[in-house]
Amino acid sequence: MTTIQDVPRPVRPAAAARPVAPTLPRHLLSAGDLSRAGAELILDTAERIDQAIAGREVRKLPTLRGRTVVNLFFEDSTRTRISFELAAKRLSADVINFSAKGSSVSKGESLKDTAWTLQAMGADAVVCRHSASGAPQQLSAWVDGHVVNAGDGTHEHPTQALLDAFTLRRHLGALDGRRIVVVGDVLHSRVARSNVLLLSTLGARVTLVAPPTLVPVGVDAWPADVSYDLDAALTGADAVMMLRVQRERMSGSFFPTAREYSRGYGLDERRRALLLPHSIVMHPGPMNRGMEITPGVADGANSVIVEQVANGVTVRMAVLYLLLSGEMNGGM
Amino acid sequence: MSSSVLIVGGRPYGQDVTDILVLDGEIVAIGATAASDSRAADAETVDAAGLVVLPGLVDLHTHLREPGREDAETVETGSAAAALGGYTAVFAMPNTDPTADTAGVVEQVFRLGEQAGLVDVHPIGAVTVGRKGERLAELGAMATSAAQVRVFSDDGDCVADPLLMRRALEYVKAFGGVIAQHAQEPRLTQGAQMHEGEVSARLGLTGWPAVAEEAIIARDALLAEHVGSRLHVCHLSTAGSVEVVAAAKRRGTDVTAEVTPHHLLLTDERAEGYDPVFKVNPPLRTQADIEVLRAALASGVIDIVATDHAPHASQDKETEWDNASPGMLGLQTALSVVIATMVEPGLLDWRGVARVMSEAPARIGGLTGQGRPIAAGEPANLVLVDPTARWTVRGADLASLSRNTPYEGMELPGRVVATYLRGRRTASVGLPVGAVAATAVGTAAGTGV
Repeated sequence: MTTIQDVPRPVRPAAAARPVAPTLPRHLLSAGDLSRAGAELILDTAERIDQAIAGREVRKLPTLRGRTVVNLFFEDSTRTRISFELAAKRLSADVINFSAKGSSVSKGESLKDTAWTLQAMGADAVVCRHSASGAPQQLSAWVDGHVVNAGDGTHEHPTQALLDAFTLRRHLGALDGRRIVVVGDVLHSRVARSNVLLLSTLGARVTLVAPPTLVPVGVDAWPADVSYDLDAALTGADAVMMLRVQRERMSGSFFPTAREYSRGYGLDERRRALLLPHSIVMHPGPMNRGMEITPGVADGANSVIVEQVANGVTVRMAVLYLLLSGEMNGGM
Repeated sequence: MSSSVLIVGGRPYGQDVTDILVLDGEIVAIGATAASDSRAADAETVDAAGLVVLPGLVDLHTHLREPGREDAETVETGSAAAALGGYTAVFAMPNTDPTADTAGVVEQVFRLGEQAGLVDVHPIGAVTVGRKGERLAELGAMATSAAQVRVFSDDGDCVADPLLMRRALEYVKAFGGVIAQHAQEPRLTQGAQMHEGEVSARLGLTGWPAVAEEAIIARDALLAEHVGSRLHVCHLSTAGSVEVVAAAKRRGTDVTAEVTPHHLLLTDERAEGYDPVFKVNPPLRTQADIEVLRAALASGVIDIVATDHAPHASQDKETEWDNASPGMLGLQTALSVVIATMVEPGLLDWRGVARVMSEAPARIGGLTGQGRPIAAGEPANLVLVDPTARWTVRGADLASLSRNTPYEGMELPGRVVATYLRGRRTASVGLPVGAVAATAVGTAAGTGV
């Protein structure tokens, strides 16, 4: 079979030419595309941005003046959209919100036509949220601008993982050897996929905890351990990240009732106490209070959930800055 | 065009060099006497030196899209692609619009095939009305129509209701029909996008588990055995399915199975670029499955290769993976892929190719004039193949109206040089023949030779 082994593999646009910084891919599509050096560059840059802005009366940098960032949201997500919007505005970029709810098919315009429209408008960066896995990657083949995946289907959400890593680093320092427990609907979670890839790249040990029905077949290949026992996993862990569980999963028979889910996989005060004293409690939001997390824990002393939101803006500033300033002169 | 052709120096089944004399659609002489036969005097002479001669290929699984999606393919363009791929007969799946579930629609497709005149087009009838899986279509009316339908399938969907499947298997016994099942347990594959495994887990695409195919094949084989009927399994794609079919055959069940060229060559890793050209149903599986499928085709557990040629308009493919239509082109690349995956590795010789791509599919489909031996007195359905040629696949160069070939840019071995349907040349590519060394096929009846 030598004849067909040399067949060209499908080109992953993420690996395309013209890297923006030596260590970064041209587009941010998957946390798995980031090397350790690339990930650390983003996190370090976020720290510098945070310091540059701290104490300023005008919390705005002129870095991306004249550049256009398009927020292309095929799926509603007010939180993520305003986070990216604020990040771009704080870098003085022009921001256009292109909201296209539902699939492009239901709109009658194909993803490709939308891409060409953005291309014609000269978007320097396209921040894409889509209910279909892979849509940002497909988009990246059709536009010249930098594509940032703002969450695609059940695939990935790399800037969420970056802001989580940023938050973890602030509290725990370097992540080497740290034990991070990720709990919930791993099967459908883009947050879980991106975090497993990024946190393992940064040297952390990730343990996934979920009912077996919410763990994907094929998880064995992931750089993470899987456990069905939340108490055991939490004991001695440095951080826990609770994932949102959508109530509609019940109708898919992934678990019998919300109550039974909470008993087995919800984070309450008793379970939080199993964590190490310095540990932190995280949630990407929006939370189902009383389902995967009790209000007391969500608002408790170890909770960094609100801080994650603030860090999201900073980290997204770093991503946009690094992707777009590679083609520009001058720095911050 | 002359009605007699002398094919000189070809190798039937890749064996000894010989001459073949064709007159009025029939092979009239073969061997040393052919050239000296008085009837060869004014025959068009074709130099087949170095070429392998096979019986015209028969595809038991083709989507011609007409009526309803003439923007993706028509009976005529699909026939041209078939002829260029070495086929002399194709079976057209009924998932058209309207569905081919009545005598009227199957006769329309049959007539369109006759008009195109490039391959024999045999419509497959839907098992259930509208392919909805609720009640039987008029199978008998389709069987007795001018199209003489013998193969029935709801392909694209599974006849999931076990009682309906039992009834269908029983009912077609009256006229020697066969149910060709698209084996896919619907509940286990809700929203399924690709093979369920490591790659789907990573890509976040909903998995299509192998068990959803294997469970239906097992059920249907037991049903066919119980009612003493005949089952054909469409596009078998997993190692586990091979085991199930092998077990059924050992029990003496009348079951046959097909594999597609793409399932012999491509793996689920192709989904990594999210290019929907690699989205197909059943999905591309793993390398381990491929190895088992190839071995099963060689051993006869899998009876035939069928293309599942599935043209799609660009707007149905250049979209999000979730929204893209499943399916890929196959007619013009099938023989080359079989050469690459089976012949070159030594798993199948040319006799074997003739068996799995012509003789066995003709037998399963109930055709008496196709898949016949290359011998005097037999219909002159022949394909000349250059086994040493290599070519690079370009979707834009294929005869199909659509471009969704998964082999774009790939270099494949083996090239169809000419196809003859009852002595009439329906395709030729660089054929060294007296006057007409042109390319490809024409359009409607006659002009394409």
